[in-house]
Amino acid sequence: MARAIPARRRWLLSIVAWAVGLMILWTVLTSFKTEGEAIAAPPHILFFHWTLENYVEVQQRSNYIEHVSNSVVIALGSTLLALLIGVPAAGAAAFAPGRRTKDLLMWMLSTKMMPPVGVLVPIYLLFRDWGLLDTLTGLTALMMLVNLPIVVWMLYTYFREIPADILEAARMDGARLFNEIVHVLAPMAAPGIASTMLLNIILAWNEAFWTLNLTAAKAAPLSAFIASYSSPEGLFWAKLSAASTMAIAPILILGWFSQRQLVRGLTFGAVK
Amino acid sequence: MGAIRLEQVTKRFGPAVVIPRVDLDIGDGEFVVFVGPSGCGKSTLLRLIAGLEDVSSGRVLIDGADATRLAPAQRGLAMVFQSYALYPHMSVYRNIAFPLKMARSEAALIDRKVRAAAQTLNLTEYLDYKPRQLSGGQRQRVAIGRAIVREPKAFLFDEPLSNLDAALRVNMRVEISELHQTLKTTMIYVTHDQVEAMTMADRIVVLRGGNVEQVGSPLDLYRTPSNLFVAGFIGSPQMNFVRGAEAEKRGAKTIGVRPEHILASHSAGDWVGTATIAEHLGSDTILHVSVEGIGTIKARVEGEFPLQHGQRAYLTPDPSKIHRFDDEGKAMT
Repeated sequence: MARAIPARRRWLLSIVAWAVGLMILWTVLTSFKTEGEAIAAPPHILFFHWTLENYVEVQQRSNYIEHVSNSVVIALGSTLLALLIGVPAAGAAAFAPGRRTKDLLMWMLSTKMMPPVGVLVPIYLLFRDWGLLDTLTGLTALMMLVNLPIVVWMLYTYFREIPADILEAARMDGARLFNEIVHVLAPMAAPGIASTMLLNIILAWNEAFWTLNLTAAKAAPLSAFIASYSSPEGLFWAKLSAASTMAIAPILILGWFSQRQLVRGLTFGAVK
Repeated sequence: MGAIRLEQVTKRFGPAVVIPRVDLDIGDGEFVVFVGPSGCGKSTLLRLIAGLEDVSSGRVLIDGADATRLAPAQRGLAMVFQSYALYPHMSVYRNIAFPLKMARSEAALIDRKVRAAAQTLNLTEYLDYKPRQLSGGQRQRVAIGRAIVREPKAFLFDEPLSNLDAALRVNMRVEISELHQTLKTTMIYVTHDQVEAMTMADRIVVLRGGNVEQVGSPLDLYRTPSNLFVAGFIGSPQMNFVRGAEAEKRGAKTIGVRPEHILASHSAGDWVGTATIAEHLGSDTILHVSVEGIGTIKARVEGEFPLQHGQRAYLTPDPSKIHRFDDEGKAMT
């Protein structure tokens, strides 16, 4: 159900979309150039010697597959854990609010306003002392906690859309809490839960700050993989571009196929 | 067996006392209607019986057993909601089957019961439909079907007909009454519509501000209302209330007489006044007459009664049908 967008706003949206798209496009194009071509001035846009040498070298130099699997584990793992905690939490906030519920939700949101670097040292020390540095366990748990406020808030807005009397009907029909959630709440909130999952996967996938600081070789996901290509010797643009393309490809594809779900999920709460 | 008893039940929401105290006995198989204006606590009382709200104090007994602490699922009751509360992601079949599934009945039994309920309610051809594909009346029947298959000790209806149009409401009223005749299960019905209360109930509980004003059969409430509120609430058009000289003459603070108990004449009568409005219903005429020293009196006359605006009219209340009320609004015998 789209409203007609006025012409001027359409122009503006196109410019912004192209600006973002061009950056990605440029990265992809550069990944097929030789290092020399990559830093050529004026830059060659389409007519250059196309080569796959960068991809070959990147794959030889570092284990792309391992990084991908780390990213997948962290993204999916933190999402599932966040849902496990977030669904009951949001459910309680939406269907059985107490006097403090609003305050609690606000406080949760406020933790997202703090720059992560503020707690870098304490977290690093904790991770070190508990042996969590460079482990998937540590990173997954951290990503879960970092994104939990967003998960709870999104689920909370979705759950509030569900009429309370349908859940009461389930209770009258003999459903205990578990059945209430599984047979009635979850199916009705499924689109909302799916959107929340998608958003969380993307946020965890793109997370660079914590992954760079807390991983080394074993648990490094794709964000660390890209960063390893900016070395003190200088930037190897072509290889960096190839690494970047390989790193963002999976999430770009996922985002493309689920774009409608994502847009709906991110804007739905605003329509009241 | 579906006898329900409320003992000294109170309900508070924070500082607000919604139900100061209710004692009530509902017999097995009775059709009891809770009626009253908005905010009188009738829905709250129903929810306390259902277990969807906890009582602040007092006891709820079902068939003699204390159910106060029991969860809704364990009380053996079924509820039909005003908004039907059907599961939108399930078909009609699965909606009706849901309670049986929660009770872990076996598939064959579930199938039999669901189809039997669908048959009773004329829903057989709609079993595969989703709720959004059904009309209001059909959805209401699915909600009733879902309640029937539970074979509950009592049915709880929370203003089930409020969302339906007038004609459908009349039909569904009859259907629910017939259901009660067939199943003979206790039914507790909440409504703000006194016509529904009068036509369907074995006994009516009139509530105001969380208090029980009167409990009795429809005719009891009609003939002998215990106070001004009940007298004014039951009966349509509303009873005429008169204060001042006419009331004091009869030894009361306020007197009341129903429009249908007033004779109207063009020539002679106890009260004389000027006609303001005549409502012609075909079967009756409702005359609004402004009587000097008393106020506007409504009189209901059978058939057609020709009366122009401004015309003189004479009204005579039936002396045996005049209700007298004291200073506190209680009925005087």
